[in-house]
Amino acid sequence: MRILADSSPRLAPRPTPKRRWQLREKLIEGAITAVAFSGVLAIGLILIFVAKEAVPLFVDPEALKEVSLSKLFLPQVLKPGKPATFVWQPVSDIPKVSLIPLFIGTLKVSVVAMLIAAPLGVLAALFTSELAPRKLREWLKPTIELLAGVPSVVLGFFALMVLATLFQDTFGLTYRLNALVAGVALSLAIVPVVFTVAEDALTAVPRSYREASLALGATRWDTAWRVVLPAAAPGVLAACVLGLGRAIGETMVVLMASGNASIVSPHLTDSTRTLSATIAAEMGEVVVGSPHYGLLFFIGVQLFAITFVLNLLAGAWTRRVVRRLGGKV
Amino acid sequence: MSAAINLESAPRPKMQARGLSIYYANKLAVKDLSLDITEKQVLALIGPSGCGKSTFLRALNRMNDLIPAARHTGEVLLDSANIYDRGVDVVELRRRVGMVFQKSNPFPKSIFENVAYGLRIAGMNDRAELAVRVERSLEQSALWDEVKDRLGDSALALSGGQQQRLCIARALAIEPEVVLMDEPASALDPLSTAKIEDLIHELKARYTIVIVTHNMQQAARVSDQTAFFFMGEMVEVGPTAKMFTTPTNRRTEDYVTGKFG
Amino acid sequence: MSATTRKLTSGLFSGISGLAAALIVAALAVIIGDAVAGGWSKLSWEFFTGEPTEGMTAGGIFPAIWGTTVLTLMMTVAVMPVGVMTAIYLHEYAPVQSRLAAAVRVAVQNLAGVPSIVFGLFGLGFFIHFLGEGMDRALGGELRYGQPGLLWASLTLAVLTLPVVIVATEEALRAVPTDLRNASLALGATKSQTLWRIVLPGATPGILTGAILAVSRGAGEVAPILLTGAAYFLPELPSTINSQFMHLGYHTYVLATQSPDVEATRPLLYGTVLVLLMLTFTLNFVAVLLRSRTRSRANA
Repeated sequence: MRILADSSPRLAPRPTPKRRWQLREKLIEGAITAVAFSGVLAIGLILIFVAKEAVPLFVDPEALKEVSLSKLFLPQVLKPGKPATFVWQPVSDIPKVSLIPLFIGTLKVSVVAMLIAAPLGVLAALFTSELAPRKLREWLKPTIELLAGVPSVVLGFFALMVLATLFQDTFGLTYRLNALVAGVALSLAIVPVVFTVAEDALTAVPRSYREASLALGATRWDTAWRVVLPAAAPGVLAACVLGLGRAIGETMVVLMASGNASIVSPHLTDSTRTLSATIAAEMGEVVVGSPHYGLLFFIGVQLFAITFVLNLLAGAWTRRVVRRLGGKV
Repeated sequence: MSAAINLESAPRPKMQARGLSIYYANKLAVKDLSLDITEKQVLALIGPSGCGKSTFLRALNRMNDLIPAARHTGEVLLDSANIYDRGVDVVELRRRVGMVFQKSNPFPKSIFENVAYGLRIAGMNDRAELAVRVERSLEQSALWDEVKDRLGDSALALSGGQQQRLCIARALAIEPEVVLMDEPASALDPLSTAKIEDLIHELKARYTIVIVTHNMQQAARVSDQTAFFFMGEMVEVGPTAKMFTTPTNRRTEDYVTGKFG
Repeated sequence: MSATTRKLTSGLFSGISGLAAALIVAALAVIIGDAVAGGWSKLSWEFFTGEPTEGMTAGGIFPAIWGTTVLTLMMTVAVMPVGVMTAIYLHEYAPVQSRLAAAVRVAVQNLAGVPSIVFGLFGLGFFIHFLGEGMDRALGGELRYGQPGLLWASLTLAVLTLPVVIVATEEALRAVPTDLRNASLALGATKSQTLWRIVLPGATPGILTGAILAVSRGAGEVAPILLTGAAYFLPELPSTINSQFMHLGYHTYVLATQSPDVEATRPLLYGTVLVLLMLTFTLNFVAVLLRSRTRSRANA
């Protein structure tokens, strides 16, 4: 090769010969690519290993005596002559393994949390991105995001020590810990999620939209509500969906504030128990490999699946708002 | 074979483009270009923006390799060897064909470390030797007197014109044979521009220089040869004096007399 | 609708949205205020350095502070190289429209949404029962790795905080101007030399921000370590990487829910919460400062 063979009379130090540096570059690139795969590996391993522990539930003959899909999801007649019911009582002479009370509990708590967090988060985002003066905006955003930095066990503690007593005294409740207290506390955990994602979506709306509306004589609120919010709608929806996913999966708050009674009740003021709290509360005492152990992992699989689908949805909507507005994330 | 550099002989082409076409995705950016770049002369590339002159410049040290969608046909010769041949070492090539960018881009390091960078990555660690080389490069780029007392200061504290001369010093430190300059003075004030132009004049004695410029007066002042690009094609090339007085091509004349641009 | 009513409704709704923001800030203030009011008097040298005594109704929380520190340190050591390298792949090496890069992005996004209790199950199922028991079998059957402990808890948290590090690092890499990469490459530097000498030094504050956010997140998570190694009470500090450990967050949970004498535990509980909050807030605050400095520099 001419270029390599050329013996330059100059004083430039010779770099590493080509083969050696190219090999080194290939090795480095290979290593980095391999490590980058770990994210994909992690999500795969999570699914595999959480599911793996749940599989015996449906194949092991011992487990099949206690657990079946109909026992998990359909009403069961527990005593002859009595109406069919849903009961979660996995530790008893005759284990009762209906997941329905846990689903209802999760639903109740999540709905309460969302009813508070969605409007609060979206309105606060609208205020921060559209209406607040610059100065206020600059400290409002990090302050609200600081709430995301509060560990959920502290929110649980706060619900337990402060909210529960406050609610009981104010509304005269029978049960100190209940779905309402858990839901309100949970809303504190997810409000920053809704806020942050919604705020990002609103900020992505091009300035020209706002200017066009304001030039037509619209007020700032009209502009925010009728122009900016609709333009960012998929992103705001994604924010709520992400919030819901977080609400369904959040553990410590509901574990500490919901009362953990696995009963089927339509009342928000009754104690309740969620899917996530069940895993946390019962995993400590189960025998490894028992049907109960498998059941807790099975609940985990369902939590994983639910949040996975919600995340995919939210991701798709976020990408849509980016594409629609032609901006960058 | 050894490159017998004979200063007494007639100027010879240091680099040559042979039937070079460059595409971005499927868009033709440079079309079937053939051009000789004479050793130790200054070649100016002029033409309206988007005419392909910068793309051509970046092809000369394979900076276009970094753009995933860019491909080319034809060849570029450096001392008669095609730089796009399979066996060519890009790192070695870029050390022989250096580059100064439009926007000065000093590293967020000290002045000294900026100039020493190219030497360090090539494995030079001897502090004394580095100091000698850094001083020489800064002198060549006419910056030494302004910065010799503060070599340890951040390069970002220099003025725009000084930063650009620092970038030239950085490129010179590894003693390239060819220096490519992509509108090196376009972001500078007139005084700094004049300094850079003087510098180019002096560097000509040691280096082969290719400069892209928007500024026709600048091309007229600094270059020996001028090539006019239009819509991806090289319309005309010749001695600068002739290009600005009696161009053969009509479009060249229109451009150098300011009818469009 | 007349102009006046329009103005009125606009004002009204603007007020409502401002109120929403104010309410969130107020909630944060109440949480902090309550923790400070209840826990401030408890903060003392003895509280920071002592052990819990008298059935967890007196003494200090040093073992929990120690456990949290060691746990998050081990987590950081595990998560940083992987997270930073993944971000480097995504931003510096992945070809345009690479399928692998797209897959990694989707995976990371979804990883961020997996409930923390599921990470706990994963740690239990994969690290403890699969890896740990497998290692014990391979090493001769003695029970060492096949049980909850610092190592597995920290690795579980590392997986959980991986998205935090990746996102922050990618942002940091994006803030390093392409000009600098080109300048380095044009001087004959290889890609990895450019990365090591130019890109990474420029991205360091941003990467540090990611590390701090990860630590803050990891230090506060309780659900995963509930299943992978946190202990109610230990008479001694953890001595090996397989030891169980006490933890500020778990300690909070235990004191709040399992105490036989709520009133006697209350000051200790408030003190623990205050320490935990101070820890995470300080970390968050530093991260916010670092980040705003990086951003303003990138925009300069």
